[in-house]
Amino acid sequence: MAEITLIIDGQEVTAEQGKTLLEVAREIGKDIPTICFHEATTANALCRICVVEVEGQRVLQPACIVKAGAGMKVQTRSEKVVRARRTILEMLQSTMDLSDAPEIQQMMVEYGADANRFPGAERRESEVIDDNPMYVRDYSKCLLCWRCVQVCADDAQYTFAINFDGRGFETQIGTFFDKAIPETSCVLCGQCVGVCPTGALKPKREYLLEQGMTPQEIGVLNTGRKQRKQR
Amino acid sequence: MSEIDLAPVQPAIEQYIPKGRAGLLPALHAVQKIYGWLPEEAASEIAKALRVPLADVHGVIEFYSMFYNEPVGKRIIRVCTDQACALKGGDGLLNHLCHHYDVTPGQTTEDLSLTIESSPCLGLCEQAPVALVDDDAETNISPDFHDYELGLPRSIVYGSIRKLTANCGEGTTTLAKYGEYEGLKKARTLGRLQVIEEVKASGLIGRGGAAFPTGIKGEGAEKAIGKQKYVVCNADESEPGTFKDRVLLSDDPHRVIEGMCITAYAIGASKGYIYIRGEYPYIVPILEDALQEAREVGYLGDHFDIEIRVGAGAYICGEETALFESIEGKRGFPRVKPPFPVTHGLFGEPTVINNVETLCNLPLILTEGAEGYRKLGTEKSPGPKLFCVSGDVTQPGLYEVPFGVTLRELLEMAGGVKGGKSLKAVLLGGAAGAYASSAHLDVKLTFEDLRAAGLPLGSGVVMVFDETRDMRDSLNRLGHFFAHESCGKCYPCQMGTQRQMEILNRVANGKALPEDMIRLQDVGWTMTDASLCGLGQTAGSAVLSAIKLWPELFESGSLPDARVEVKAEKKIIVKTMKPKAAKKSVAKAKTAKKATTKKTVAKKIVKPVKAKAKKITTKKSAARKSVKKR
Ligand SMILES: Cc1cc2nc3c(=O)[nH]c(=O)nc-3n(C[C@H](O)[C@H](O)[C@H](O)COP(=O)(O)O)c2cc1C
Ligand code: SF4
Ligand code: SF4
Ligand code: FES
Ligand code: FES
Repeated sequence: MAEITLIIDGQEVTAEQGKTLLEVAREIGKDIPTICFHEATTANALCRICVVEVEGQRVLQPACIVKAGAGMKVQTRSEKVVRARRTILEMLQSTMDLSDAPEIQQMMVEYGADANRFPGAERRESEVIDDNPMYVRDYSKCLLCWRCVQVCADDAQYTFAINFDGRGFETQIGTFFDKAIPETSCVLCGQCVGVCPTGALKPKREYLLEQGMTPQEIGVLNTGRKQRKQR
Repeated sequence: MSEIDLAPVQPAIEQYIPKGRAGLLPALHAVQKIYGWLPEEAASEIAKALRVPLADVHGVIEFYSMFYNEPVGKRIIRVCTDQACALKGGDGLLNHLCHHYDVTPGQTTEDLSLTIESSPCLGLCEQAPVALVDDDAETNISPDFHDYELGLPRSIVYGSIRKLTANCGEGTTTLAKYGEYEGLKKARTLGRLQVIEEVKASGLIGRGGAAFPTGIKGEGAEKAIGKQKYVVCNADESEPGTFKDRVLLSDDPHRVIEGMCITAYAIGASKGYIYIRGEYPYIVPILEDALQEAREVGYLGDHFDIEIRVGAGAYICGEETALFESIEGKRGFPRVKPPFPVTHGLFGEPTVINNVETLCNLPLILTEGAEGYRKLGTEKSPGPKLFCVSGDVTQPGLYEVPFGVTLRELLEMAGGVKGGKSLKAVLLGGAAGAYASSAHLDVKLTFEDLRAAGLPLGSGVVMVFDETRDMRDSLNRLGHFFAHESCGKCYPCQMGTQRQMEILNRVANGKALPEDMIRLQDVGWTMTDASLCGLGQTAGSAVLSAIKLWPELFESGSLPDARVEVKAEKKIIVKTMKPKAAKKSVAKAKTAKKATTKKTVAKKIVKPVKAKAKKITTKKSAARKSVKKR
């Protein structure tokens, strides 16, 4: 593997060619925050929380996908970078329910994000959808990282049960004509639940426990379902 | 729902089945033509036939604002309430219509006879106010609603030169009239590589907004290796205030096709697409006829052929990679770049994508030679340029001038600010552009001079606002436009356009909060610096320019007197403005297009519907509204 040299925050770094700026920065102990990035899914570089300033580039660059290049001069915490990260966090906070996303709450503290930066802002809210035996969906907590759609499609399961409703701010994960999960091609594999970072998709058992049900009560529910199925 | 007769679906989509997923948009259009909307059962049929997952088909329907997943009226009236139309009473027109039919914007009458919607810019700004009534353009609608022009819109062409617009203004130029493709002939004698050299030497810069040198693109795609190469004509023209491509496509389609043939020859492409916005349905038959003519004489054929793709209401699909996704039958999400289209474009293959006006320059460059071409314009911005002049000017229209005339000269050509008023602002480059003030009047309209002045050339929009205008209204519409058109993929733009809209709305209503200006700046800069594509990267541009020019507008609690004057202005508009005769120096001034297709009708826009209107709101807007309410 060829090696290259670049400069990150004034520090000369030698790295393997082909690695991303995120990987190289992490190797030298620099923390670049990420939200949408996940090893198991195709990177779409859509949350932009990982942006860094690269000399000579008109706009900030997403470190999770941009490859480290020879001679690059990178700043991971310039004023522009910090403003962008802080504003993105403030907008997220004003849009969705982050109560099940402790990493993002931690980022808010780190970047001095004001939780009430946008008074009167419209929030993306939705009812909890409890329509299948495996998981519940609470899109008030969805930050549109796309991971669930990707693992359901060609990143893993090839089931293609979910996609998007609407566009822009009003985007929401949805099924064909908003059908209940059991009426779609969903095979209840649970891959989507596994990659959801915010508790928008939650195993049903966990959800019921949170609602105050006891494990016994949940057990009875489950047997009930199994019996019904057998008939 | 069960009464839906699915028999007509198969025959309607038959021809798209071999295309697989890439046939999705045309198939949806075809089926929507049958039912007026896209019933679930019909969408299922399409999914099965084209082998596209059901959820994906639904996702596509949901993305495009001209596809409906609930019944809508047999007739759909889309009233433009964007910038230029708003200056001429677009809002009043919409309200009047809605009142008349007892619906609110976005609703359908109970008998399903009519749906009325407000629409982003329809690309007819020089003839504002306008509406799209099904597939017809209704232009110059007079505020008392008794007079308008229906059918194929006129082309109003002025300027000091007629190079690109030589054949514009007198209806569609047929192949017989256009003559041989002289530029293509010349290209073939030069040889592929020399064509690219010639285009590079001409200094041609793309006219779609991103200002990229055209020759370099061709060179990249020529060198790239792929199974098949593509040439794509970007005719999505959805930048508010832009209408130049509409005129070129409807009056001189062969110039566009010749430009595509030259590019295809140079890079070795065997397939081309013209992607035209869904709001230009009346141009599609013109293009179909022109393509057929070109096939008959062999310009198109097995070696290179062109297919038309019709969009469905999504500004983002003008972004080149979103446009590719759309042709491929997907939601119009921009791709991450690199890789760039010249190596990984449409279907992942080497692709040259150019704007309509860019392509129209190619025949000229080849027939005149790079040197001859460079006689017009400046060293860094050679050639002719089209400007879309609209708003408060005496003579709105398409102006062809050499690069290098000043903004003042252009406005003088257009008869100056209407009604002898003085100038408040010019929106340059469209919604994605920036406001200029009278201090900028002497800036030369070239890429380099504008850049030095901190202004964008964009797509050639020059929208004029007179002294009485409340710029907060214009800003409010900008805010609404971007929030409506953001694809939602990346966070800075998905949420930033929403927050920007909310704040601009407060500002326009005189209810700005302390620090709203700083909020707008943080949001604007974050979108500019961190967004994934050009939409988000320019969504704050005009707002940030306004903050520099008129910081007082954003002060909390201020409600300047401009509002009152706006009302007064409406009266002035009521006097129907008869377009003045063009200056003598203009070779062919505005000429009425195809008198036969144009009707001036003195009656109500549509016959009153007797049944009492029930408020049926389409599912999309219902779903969105319910989110909003909470
Ligand atoms: C949101 C957005 C919308 C765009 N819309 C158009 C359009 O309608 N027509 C166009 O030619 N270019 C449009 N562009 C620019 C294209 O991405 C691309 O740069 C252009 O088609 C290249 O052609 P050119 O080199 O001839 O300018 C748009 C870009 C963005 C970011
Ligand atoms: S539901 Fe979860 S995994 Fe799916 S997009 Fe939302 S946050 Fe991401
Ligand atoms: S900048 Fe806006 S339009 Fe572009 S990818 Fe991001 S959300 Fe979509
Ligand atoms: S982590 Fe890089 S864009 Fe989301
Ligand atoms: S057509 Fe109405 S603003 Fe362009």
